[in-house]
Amino acid sequence: MSSDTLRVERETLADGSVQLRLAGELRLDASHDLRARLDALRPDPAAPLQIDLSELENLDGAGAALLHAYAHACEDSGARPRISGARDGVATILELYEPRGKRPCERPPPQRLSTVEHVGNTSWELWLRTRDALDFLGNFALACLAALRRPRSVHWADLGKLCERVGADAVPIVALIAFLIGLVTAFQSAETFKQYGANIFVADMVGLSMTRVMGPLMMAILVAGRSGAGFAAELGTMKVSEEIDALRTLGLDPLSFLVIPRVVALVLMVPLLTLLADLLGIVGGLLIGMSVLDLTLTSFLNRLSLALDLWDVGTGLILSVAYGVAIGVIACERGLATSGGAVGVGRNTTSAVVTILFNLVLITSVLTILFQMWGI
Amino acid sequence: MALIEARDVEIGFGGPPILSGVNVDIEAGEIFAILGGSGCGKSTLLRHLIGLQAPQAGTIRVQGEDPAVARQDAPPFGVMFQSGALFGSLTLTQNVALPLEEWSTLDADSIATVAAARLALVGLDGFENHLPAEISGGMKKRAGIARALALEPDILFLDEPSAGLDPVTSVELDELLLKLNANLGVTIVLVTHELDSLFKIAKRCVMLDRDAAGAIASGDPRALRDDSTDHRVHRFFNRQSSGAAPA
Ligand SMILES: Nc1ncnc2c1ncn2[C@@H]1O[C@H](COP(=O)(O)OP(=O)(O)OP(=O)(O)O)[C@@H](O)[C@H]1O
Ligand SMILES: [Mg+2]
Repeated sequence: MSSDTLRVERETLADGSVQLRLAGELRLDASHDLRARLDALRPDPAAPLQIDLSELENLDGAGAALLHAYAHACEDSGARPRISGARDGVATILELYEPRGKRPCERPPPQRLSTVEHVGNTSWELWLRTRDALDFLGNFALACLAALRRPRSVHWADLGKLCERVGADAVPIVALIAFLIGLVTAFQSAETFKQYGANIFVADMVGLSMTRVMGPLMMAILVAGRSGAGFAAELGTMKVSEEIDALRTLGLDPLSFLVIPRVVALVLMVPLLTLLADLLGIVGGLLIGMSVLDLTLTSFLNRLSLALDLWDVGTGLILSVAYGVAIGVIACERGLATSGGAVGVGRNTTSAVVTILFNLVLITSVLTILFQMWGI
Repeated sequence: MALIEARDVEIGFGGPPILSGVNVDIEAGEIFAILGGSGCGKSTLLRHLIGLQAPQAGTIRVQGEDPAVARQDAPPFGVMFQSGALFGSLTLTQNVALPLEEWSTLDADSIATVAAARLALVGLDGFENHLPAEISGGMKKRAGIARALALEPDILFLDEPSAGLDPVTSVELDELLLKLNANLGVTIVLVTHELDSLFKIAKRCVMLDRDAAGAIASGDPRALRDDSTDHRVHRFFNRQSSGAAPA
């Protein structure tokens, strides 16, 4: 539809007031310049104004709303406009959109915050979040105790599926990544080993680095990205769609129903994935040892058995259990703390992954120092 | 040709069809209701009429076109979903303004004016800057209607507009729909369970049934209530449980 379906004529009446006659159609697609067109015909904004609609054939909601807004704006500048002469259909729509008795807006539109306010808000939220997280941890510990006393209170039916999601489904990507990491670390250092004629020590390096830190940490990061984000988004969506509330009203505790099975699945699966990663990382190193460093399978394996003892693998597994707990607890905490619809789910999922990564590094540092102190 | 035409439509989700052989003709300018028990496929039929889902068989035409075909110009209809489906990150005003920003030539001020007026129309004045999460279920419904009205659509699809509204608001909504229909010629297709509202505003309806997996009656709802010999139709209009003996 063209936008010149509205015609406006001006007439100065005997008493000095201005009459604007609207004719034709005033619709959404022709309303964009309404204000400018009416203003242009009113050189003296203080003169009394009448708006005559007797020749207006068609008026839609947007047109009516804008006309009312225009009349209101005129009123503010002194001239009190009179809208008159509307035909039946036009009058009904005009009346429907009449702002009379409209309640004032309850709050101002959301403002963009200044940097200072933003920093202030963020710190305050950080404090609140920490408090909530500690709260959650306390409740989680209590729920675990209750679960130990009454294991049947936990919803174990999901455990198998969860283990499959966390563990089995991750095997291909874990295997590939661990293998490539072993391969790359060995390849990077191969040249140096060669220079010193220390080819055989590639077994020490790959074996120790994979089992002690690299394997567990890489796997935990991978699981954080896969399952941590997945659980946070899942619980977050349940929270915003009132499913968590529904669980509560059914007398089911979200902690024992949702959180404990997920944490247990992670605690079982992360160490298993870590073992797989250790193994495939070493295979990657072995491949470089045999192809680039001219080692034989037997010499590599002999050296490996000398270099590695059970504690190297053991500390890695202890790490991975701690990682599993951290991933599960943080992902579920962030998920259950979600509010605010789809955006909230996105925000808390991001926050879950970031918080998990930070805590993985923290756990690694603390436990590595402890292992050192205990001499293992 | 009718404004909205469904011919021998079969609807399903891969398994056995939940509706088949559905024929619907909705004329321009009428208020048409889709009725039936819970879970019989009313919302699903509505989604098909809008073009969000394609039928397994049969054809659907809205203004002579397949509603699923992507269009270049503004959507010709407004839709209110059963759960409101408001955008959670936007305030109510922003929800209503979104289609106007995209499709109208209005400047920002006028868009704000129109959006506020639409919200006032459904009685949500005062809540312009609230987020959907901060308002009640019935208010979400009404905000959904305000958003559906944003572009002055020719056709309005409403999924249970008055469910969850108090009697007064519900009557006001009926009157609003009647006025929009009478004065702007808006065609309204709605799903409803509210019999009072149905008799008051709808001139024609189609009744779906889950067991029959199809339409079991169509026509003027008052005539169906008074004259239908089908006991399922009779039970629906007389609020009888399925255990009740057919009259
Ligand atoms: N995405 C889906 N996949 C499979 N089946 C579905 C899907 N959505 C709906 N259904 C099925 O289609 C049937 C009809 O659903 P629909 O939502 O249309 O019901 P309704 O008539 O609107 O019910 P109500 O009055 O409760 O809103 C239901 O039996 C439902 O199980
Ligand atoms: Mg429905």
